[in-house]
Amino acid sequence: MIQFLVHEKADSVGVATVDIKQGEKVEGMYMDSREPLTVEATQDIPLGHKIALKAHAPKDTILKYGYDIGRVVADIKVGDHVHVHNLKTTRW
Amino acid sequence: MSEKKVVAYRRENGRVGIRNHVVILPLDDLSNAACEAVANNIKGTKAIPHAYGRLQFGEDLMLFFRTMIGIGSNPNVAAVVVIGIEPEWTQLIVDGIAKTGKPVEGFSIERTGDIGTIANASWKAKEYVQWASELKREECDLTEIRVSVKCGESDTTSGLASNPTVGNTLEKLVEMGGWCCFGETSEITGAEMICKDRAATPELGEKFMEVWNEYNDFINEFKTDDLSGSQPTKGNIRGGLTTIEEKAFGNLAKIGKKISYGEVLKPAEAPSKPGLAYMDTSSAAAEAVTLWAAAGYVAHLFPTGQGNIIGNPIEPVIKLSANPLTVSTMSEHIDYDCSAILRGEMTLEESGDNLIDMLVRTCNGRLTAQEALGHEEFVLTKLYRSA
Repeated sequence: MIQFLVHEKADSVGVATVDIKQGEKVEGMYMDSREPLTVEATQDIPLGHKIALKAHAPKDTILKYGYDIGRVVADIKVGDHVHVHNLKTTRW
Repeated sequence: MSEKKVVAYRRENGRVGIRNHVVILPLDDLSNAACEAVANNIKGTKAIPHAYGRLQFGEDLMLFFRTMIGIGSNPNVAAVVVIGIEPEWTQLIVDGIAKTGKPVEGFSIERTGDIGTIANASWKAKEYVQWASELKREECDLTEIRVSVKCGESDTTSGLASNPTVGNTLEKLVEMGGWCCFGETSEITGAEMICKDRAATPELGEKFMEVWNEYNDFINEFKTDDLSGSQPTKGNIRGGLTTIEEKAFGNLAKIGKKISYGEVLKPAEAPSKPGLAYMDTSSAAAEAVTLWAAAGYVAHLFPTGQGNIIGNPIEPVIKLSANPLTVSTMSEHIDYDCSAILRGEMTLEESGDNLIDMLVRTCNGRLTAQEALGHEEFVLTKLYRSA
């Protein structure tokens, strides 16, 4: 069963399509190539929220849709929940 | 590519409509009551009441006239009765609509009163509706169906599935030679440079940026904490959207990846050529769809996440959603459920084809959820206060 989707190969995050529990090994799919991938969730990630596919340090850029959607403000490990606590807009 | 056909109404000027409305159109707020009375007298006609039309001036008045004439001229409308308080502006609207060659007549209330006007206009409305009822649908090309797109109440399922489904459909329609349009100037914020690059020429990209900058400056001038704290909205954040950039890229997924826009249109301005066009609109759903109806678009594709229920009196709004909760708790509002994409059971390619099928069925006469439920939000865009 698909538990998260990734828009583009270059993206650093996937989007949960079901509620994901901490410690779960979740199965995802790239939407462009339909290739599968697996990540172990380090935290609970609700449906619609983002899961990290790559590790990031502050000031890094997060890619979704293949584009920069904001700047990292706290360390991110693979499998972490990515949201307002570790990602901010670069606009305001 | 495909030569998909629909059965629709070919109007006097050659344009194609998918509905056959006889509209009773008020010039101004004062004439709503008479229009509604006529529509009540004569079954099968439709009054479109609105709040404006008095003491407007300058660019705002031009937009008002363009909108009224455009609504009457839309190919989904077979014939029009215009009622206004005074004869001069009433005639201006009538003359504008008459250029399409469709039947249209104006009535003014001053020196007649409501009761006499309602009687006179009802006779004409009866003649028009009986005439229109005998018009026949004929085979037309799907590319003759002008399609507008806008999303509402978005969440991450919009960016994952329903918006890219619309994007896939638009790529296919444009490739066939169709006419499509997107807008929502303020909600492109965060992805405006990408949108600029999607213009067919650098000059058009600059023109888009001028429109976007003007809108953005206007928002910045009048915004208070309620706006700066609301993009993304609390609901967007609860749904998993983190930044305005992320929201904007999800929004832009509606125009796919492969096509570029060949025109930058003013609000309610009709396009001059096939392909994808961009129109300067607000991101409020009813305002934006009203502008597209006035620009001659005859079908609207509306992806939603949390469940926006908007409709329009003359341009059918086809709703799609990928949010499993929305399609189960608000199923009466949704025409096409694309949640299978989230389960990995359907590709965007298949979903785009399914949406085209729903568009064809709608063109052929299937009532949208919005039409069956009577959602007819007709909202004029006002640029500034009346004099």
